[in-house]
Parts: sequence; C-alpha cells; structure tokens
Amino acid sequence: MMGAENHYGLEPPPPREEMETLALVDDDHPSTDPHPLAAVPATLHGGDPLLFPPPSPHSPSSSSPSPSPSSSFLDPPAYADVVFSPFDSQNGTSSGSNSPRCAAAAASEYARITVSDPQKEQETSGSLVPGGGTYVTYLITTKIRTPASGGGGPTEFRVRRRFRDVVTLADRLAESYRGFFIPPRPDKSVVESQVMQKHEFVEQRRSAIEKYLRRLAAHPVIGKSDELRVFLRTPGKLPLSASTDVASRMLDGAVRLPKQLFGEGGGGYAGPQDVVQPAKGGRDLLRIFKELKQSVANDWGGAKPAVVEEDKEFLERKEKVQDLEQQLSTASQQAEALVKAQQDIGETLGELGLAFIKLAKFETEEATYDSQRIRAADIKCLATAAVKASRFYRESNAQTVKHLDTLHEYLGLMLSVHSAFSDRSSALLTVQTLLSDLSSLHARAEKLEAASSKIFGGDKSRIRKLEDLKETIRITEDAKSCAIRGYERIKENNKTELERLDRERRDDFVAMLRGFVVNQVGYAEKIANVWAKEAEETSRYAKESN
Amino acid sequence: MISPQGSPPGSSSQSPRSPSAPLFLSVTVTDPVKLGNGVQAYISYRVITKTNLPEYQGPEKIVIRRYSDFVWLHDRLAEKYKGIFIPPLPEKSAVEKFRFSAEFIEMRRQALDIFINRIASHPQLKQSEDLRTFLQEDEETMERARSQETGIFKKKPTDLMQIFKDVQSMVSDVVLGKEKPVEESNPEYEKLKHYIFELEDHLAEAQKQAYRLVKRHRELGQSLADFGKAIKLLGACEGDSLGKVFSDLGSKSELLSIKLQKEAHNLLMNFEEPLKDYVRAVQSIKATMTDRANAFRQQCELAETTKLKEINLDKLMLMRSEKAVEAEIEYKELKAESEEATRRFETIVKLMSEEMMRFQEQKTADLGLAFHEFARGQAKLANEIADAWRSLVPKLDACSPSMCS
Repeated sequence: MMGAENHYGLEPPPPREEMETLALVDDDHPSTDPHPLAAVPATLHGGDPLLFPPPSPHSPSSSSPSPSPSSSFLDPPAYADVVFSPFDSQNGTSSGSNSPRCAAAAASEYARITVSDPQKEQETSGSLVPGGGTYVTYLITTKIRTPASGGGGPTEFRVRRRFRDVVTLADRLAESYRGFFIPPRPDKSVVESQVMQKHEFVEQRRSAIEKYLRRLAAHPVIGKSDELRVFLRTPGKLPLSASTDVASRMLDGAVRLPKQLFGEGGGGYAGPQDVVQPAKGGRDLLRIFKELKQSVANDWGGAKPAVVEEDKEFLERKEKVQDLEQQLSTASQQAEALVKAQQDIGETLGELGLAFIKLAKFETEEATYDSQRIRAADIKCLATAAVKASRFYRESNAQTVKHLDTLHEYLGLMLSVHSAFSDRSSALLTVQTLLSDLSSLHARAEKLEAASSKIFGGDKSRIRKLEDLKETIRITEDAKSCAIRGYERIKENNKTELERLDRERRDDFVAMLRGFVVNQVGYAEKIANVWAKEAEETSRYAKESN
Repeated sequence: MISPQGSPPGSSSQSPRSPSAPLFLSVTVTDPVKLGNGVQAYISYRVITKTNLPEYQGPEKIVIRRYSDFVWLHDRLAEKYKGIFIPPLPEKSAVEKFRFSAEFIEMRRQALDIFINRIASHPQLKQSEDLRTFLQEDEETMERARSQETGIFKKKPTDLMQIFKDVQSMVSDVVLGKEKPVEESNPEYEKLKHYIFELEDHLAEAQKQAYRLVKRHRELGQSLADFGKAIKLLGACEGDSLGKVFSDLGSKSELLSIKLQKEAHNLLMNFEEPLKDYVRAVQSIKATMTDRANAFRQQCELAETTKLKEINLDKLMLMRSEKAVEAEIEYKELKAESEEATRRFETIVKLMSEEMMRFQEQKTADLGLAFHEFARGQAKLANEIADAWRSLVPKLDACSPSMCS
C-alpha cells in the first residue's frame, strides 16, 4: 500500500509504464479476444488490470529513450521516460518529495503509522440497549524511528482504538495546544454511516483516521506531544480523560451556579488555573455569561475595552489567510472539474476504441473484398491506438489527482487556522472580561473604603466585606495575569504557525505545480507518440487524396 | 475536389478543344450566404464548375444553389439510376436554433461539396442530364425545375400506370392469399443484406462515440479555462516570484483551453463527419436494396401474369375464338413489359455488384483519410500540451525551496 490516500478516493495504479497487451497488436490473431478489452471502460478505482510489464514487440519506440518526434536531441529530455511512481508518502504528506515537509516528517519520531484491521466489538457496560451497542475498533501500528545505534526498547507498538478515542485525543490536543494549527480530526458523520454500506463506511473511516494520525505526527510541535504518544503507545484503555458531552457539562455547571452566585468559596470568580481554558464548553456557566456580556459590550458598547487586538501584522495576515481560503476553495473545485474532464475524455476514447474493435472484427469476418480486409486492419490499428491513449489518459489522471490533492489538503488546513484564531480571540475575551471585572471590583472597594472611613472606629461588617473584596481582587489579579500569559502564548503560537504555514505552503505549492506539470508533459508525450505512429501508418491515405 | 481522371484541376492552360487534353470536371461548393428573412430565411451556396467537357459551357461556370436544389438533384438521380448507390446528402432539417450556426453551415457546405464531387466522378452519374442542369442552368430555371417535382406529379404517366399496376397486383396477392412479398433466394445477396444492416449498427455506434469525443474535448477545454483562472487568483495570494509562476501556469492553462476547442472542431469536421457520411452511404445502399426488391417483385409478377396470358391465348387459339387476335396483341405487349422488367432487375443486380466493389474501395480510402486526420490532430494537440507545460518546468525549478523569497 502506497498509503497515498486522497480526497478523490482513487487508488493509484501500480507504477508501470508499458501497457500494450500482445493480443491487441498481434496480427497473427485477427479475431481479438475481447477479454482484455472488457476492462477498458473500467474506472480508476482498483487499478488497471491490463498493465503488463513487457512492451509489445510491434511498438519498440514506446519504451525507447528518444524524445518526442518533433524535438531533436538538443531539446530538454523527454518526460516520457520518467518512471512515474506514485509518490511514496510518509506520514500523510502527499506533496512533492523534495519539500521540507518531508524533512519534517523525517524528523518525527514516528516512522510510520498504519491503521488497519477493523473489528466489531461489543459494548460491555453502561449500554442502555440490552444486547445492542457494538462499535468498531482499529488496529494502530506505529513504527518508531530508532537511532542507528539501536538502543533497547521496542521499535513497534500496536494498540486498539475506537473512534471515540480519536475524538478524545483531538479534544485533549485542542485544549493543550491552543493557538496551534492542529490538523482537523475526521468527522463524526452520523448521517453517512446510515447511507453508506457498512464496510464502505468503515473503510473510509479507517483511511481518515490514518491520515489524521500521520498529519499529527508530522506537526513539529504536536508530533512530540504526550497525548499523541500515549494514544499510539499505551495498550488497553486510553489514559486520557474522556470528553463529556456538552449537555452533561451544562448540567454540572448548573449545579455549581447557585454556589457561585450566593458566594461560596471564591465568590464565583474563576480560579487562575481555569482561565487558561476557554469558557465555552467548560462547566463554568457564570464565566460563560460574563464573557458573553463582555463580548456584547465590546460589539455594541461605546467604550473600547482595555486590551484589543492591536497587532496590525496579525490582522493583515488574517485577512490574507481568509483570501487564501477563498481562492483555495475555488481552485479545489476547478481542480476536481479538471480531473473529471480528463477522466471522461480517456473513458470516451476507450469506448471509441472498443466500438472500432467490434467493427474491425465484423468486417474481417464478413470480408468479401480485399479493400474490406485492408480497411478492417486499418480500423483495428486505430482502435489499438485509441485504447492505448485512453489508458495513458487514465494513468495521467490518477497522478494528477494526487498532485492537485494538495489544494484540498490546504483547504482542510484552513479549519485548523480558524480554530487557532478563535483560540486567540476567546483568550482575548477572557482577558477583557477579567479586566472589566477588576475595574468594577476596584470601584466597589473604593466605595466601601470611602463609606467606612466616614464612620469613626469603623464598621465591623463593612471592614470584613472590604477584606473579602480585597481577597477577591487578589485572586482575580492572579487570574488576570494567568489569562494574559495564556493569551500571549497563544499569540506567539499563532505567529509561529503562520510563518510555518507560509513556508510550507510555498514549498508544497511549488511541488504540487511541478508534479502536476511534469506529469502532464510526460503523458502528453506518450500520447503524442501513439498518435504520431498512427498518423504515420495512415499517411498513404493523405497522399492519395491529394 | 475530385478530378475523375485523376488529373489535377486547373489544367485549363491547355485549349479545351484540343483532343489530347484529358477531360475533367471539378466542382466546388463554397461561400454560404444567408438570404431571406425570418421563417423563410435560407442559406445559398456558390457552386463553381470547372471543366473542359464539351457538354458544358466554357471553362468555368458559377451558379447559386440552395439545399433543396441539391435534394432535387439527388431525387432525380435516385429515380433514374436504380442500382447505383446515390451519394448521400447531409441531413435535411436541424433544430431551428442550430440551423444557422457557423458550425452547422460549414459542416453542410463540406458535405454538399463532397456530394456533388462524388456525382461528378461517378462513371455513370456524371453523364446525367440533371447534373448538367444543376451545374449550368440559371437560378430561375432551377427554381422552376425544382417546384415541378412536388407531389405525385413527380411521376411521369408511365410511372403512374406502374403505380396502379403495383396496387393491382398487391390486391390480387391479397385476394389470392399470396400476402407474403416475393423475395430473391440468392444466398450471396442474403449475406450482403445481412452485412449491410449490421454494418449500419456498428457504424452508428462508432459515430456516436466520435461525437461524444468531440464533446469531451470541449468540456476539457472549458475546465482548463476555469482551472487557469482559479490558479491565477490563487497565485495572487502568494509572494511575487511564486505568484508569477502561478500566473504563468494559469495562462498556459487558458491557452490550452483554446487549443482544445480547436481540436474539437477539427475532430467534428474531419473525423465525426466522415463517420456520419459512412452511415448515410450505408443507408443509400439500403435504398437501392429496396429498389432491387421492388424490381424483383415486378419482374416476378409480370412473368406470372404473362404466363397466365399465354395459357389463356393458347386456349383461345385452340377454340379458334375471335378474341384470339386481341388476346395475342395483349400477350405480346405484356411479354415486352415482362422482358423490360426482367432487364431492369438484371441491370440493378449488375450495377449493384460493381457499386459494392466501388463502395468498399471508396470507404477504405475515406476512412483511411479520416483516421489519418484524427491521428494527426490528436498528435498535434498532445504536442501542444506537452510544449505548454514543459515551458513552465524551468520556472518552477527556479522556485525550489530556499531559492524563492
């Protein structure tokens, strides 16, 4: 398995060039066995069963090193002779082999991750439906890159995971690596699982999980994460805290709310360690409300909040990324249309060839005139050329699909970028909320102080309130510092990731275009050769009619 | 333009009257022009005849003709030259919208040109008086001749008689219970009929795929244009040097789109049309087969009727009846007709076998040329594609990692 899965769901054909079957050009057997041609209209899926290694003795020039007929030896080398092997992807990168992405992948500690062997298992406990509740597990095999000195320790790990575990991994990573462009995890896609055949769905999911894990491993920061390591190496139950669904979280939050409102413990203010996580999706309902209020104040209120997104460079980049996303979307669409058009033309050529084969066979069987026999031979020649060209089109397309898949990959990456940007804005919102909390707390403290200073000897209850308030202010100050630190960290992550995106994107795009172009040239030359020969063989007709 | 004796056209440098000059007749159909308004609008063509045949006027003659004039010629020849495969005409009507499209007009013009030249190079057909009328007469005469040919008044009186006789014999067949039409029992001819019918199916399939291929070229052209545009826009998001490469790639893609549309047109005119023409030719053969079947039936019926008359005559002569004289005259008439019908049938048979050989040879040449044009066009296109993409490789190489900023 080359492992180069892609968006279009096509399997790469085996990396061979020659495809003439002897039966097609063998003139000793005029009644062609229809069997090899029955596969001619086959789709790309499943590879081309008609690829045989040895070239036909009748067409030596298809494997000769000479360049395309129209060029001399001084011209650039013919790409027809480049052996097109499908890109051997390592850990999910499907772009050119020279990019630093490959180098990054090579630096990852994970040499290869494979997902295989889906198994159905029974839900053992907590199942509401008696006898129901099956799920699928996948075998995940990880080969570790070991130093040449060959220290001890296993080089391969095998674990069994279910999709829920993948979701857990994704959630934990999202929490720990805010601000990073975390590769998006496979969809939960409930609807599709009902529409598709079960095995089709499982296969799609298997492939998606594999791609996802490989991408994670290739990320310079996340590839080294504990979460990923634990996921890949620890057999048995996944030792990451499971994500709970939003409903139960809200439920928990609702339980805590009265305590927060009526002042127990810290009086309902977020502790420092909690602020590092976003409010949304957490259990802290009060915090959610506060931040919501803050964001409304930001949007509609006249006063500017104390800290705003001022980083002009960031804003510029953000705009650029949005523009990029739009263009990627269009380009990805058009690439799909292009691939389809190329596939169609190849298919129709194949069908044309088939129709002519049948005609040739018919004429040969019914021939009563010599001119008929000659014509039958001519028709068969043309049909052969058409079928050859058709195969080249289809092969070329399989490669094109892989090259242009980079567009779709980057489009998918945009999701991660959005996520990272929203990490930043929610962190900012937390800071803003805390700042306005602080300012209102300070205002209250001032008022209390002013009021209690008017009473000589002090007011016991007021003094106690003031002390509590000062305690709260202290806690909130801590939280504020934490939040600011978290925010700055996220900003820094955004920055490095954007730089990485620019760098890698440039390289990946160059590789994509180069791969696309070289592939097109190579196959166009092959196709030109096929037709040039056919034109040569029929050239006597051209002279005759003049 | 096909010169019947194989000599190049334009050898009119030699005096037309000199006996040693090879005879030639070459025709061109050209210059389609839309005339008339609204529903009655039509296309007229300029037909240029160059010849040194004595029956024709001058070295060159130009007339204006329209499609229905060609139809007239075709139908006249079909009537007079039974047994010969009359060269087929392009299809009559088209969807209204399409009727005046440049492509359709060009396809029709080409087909009409081929049609008239096939007639001009056919050993028997080229001597036809109707051909001379078509090529020489002024437009008014042509229009008159054309409008006379409508309805059943197309037929001359003797043909009208024949129609009545046919009806009569059909009725008598029914009455006598001989409903099954009489057919030849010639195994070779049976084989030929079977061949022709099946050939039409195969050819229709090939032509269908050829037409689809034309469409696919157009679609690919369109998607290349769209892709090129999108790539250009995407490149605008990138830095200067890489953005330039994107832009170049997009431009090449758009360029190739144009080339694909061109090739689509070339395929249509020089590959798909010849295949369609082949199908039409086969249909023309089927028409001749119908003529042959009719002639055979007539011959059989007249032979039978004659026989009956002979028997009757003998009876009358034995009886020494006065009706014998009249009966003898009738019998002699009928016998002559029967012999005529037999001659007609045998002519058709003989002509058909010559025509079949000619047809096979002609089709091998036509198809060979079509294949050649197809291969040439595809090779040219593939080379253009290779050249366009190849020109980008050095630019992309210059953009390799760590070199572009």
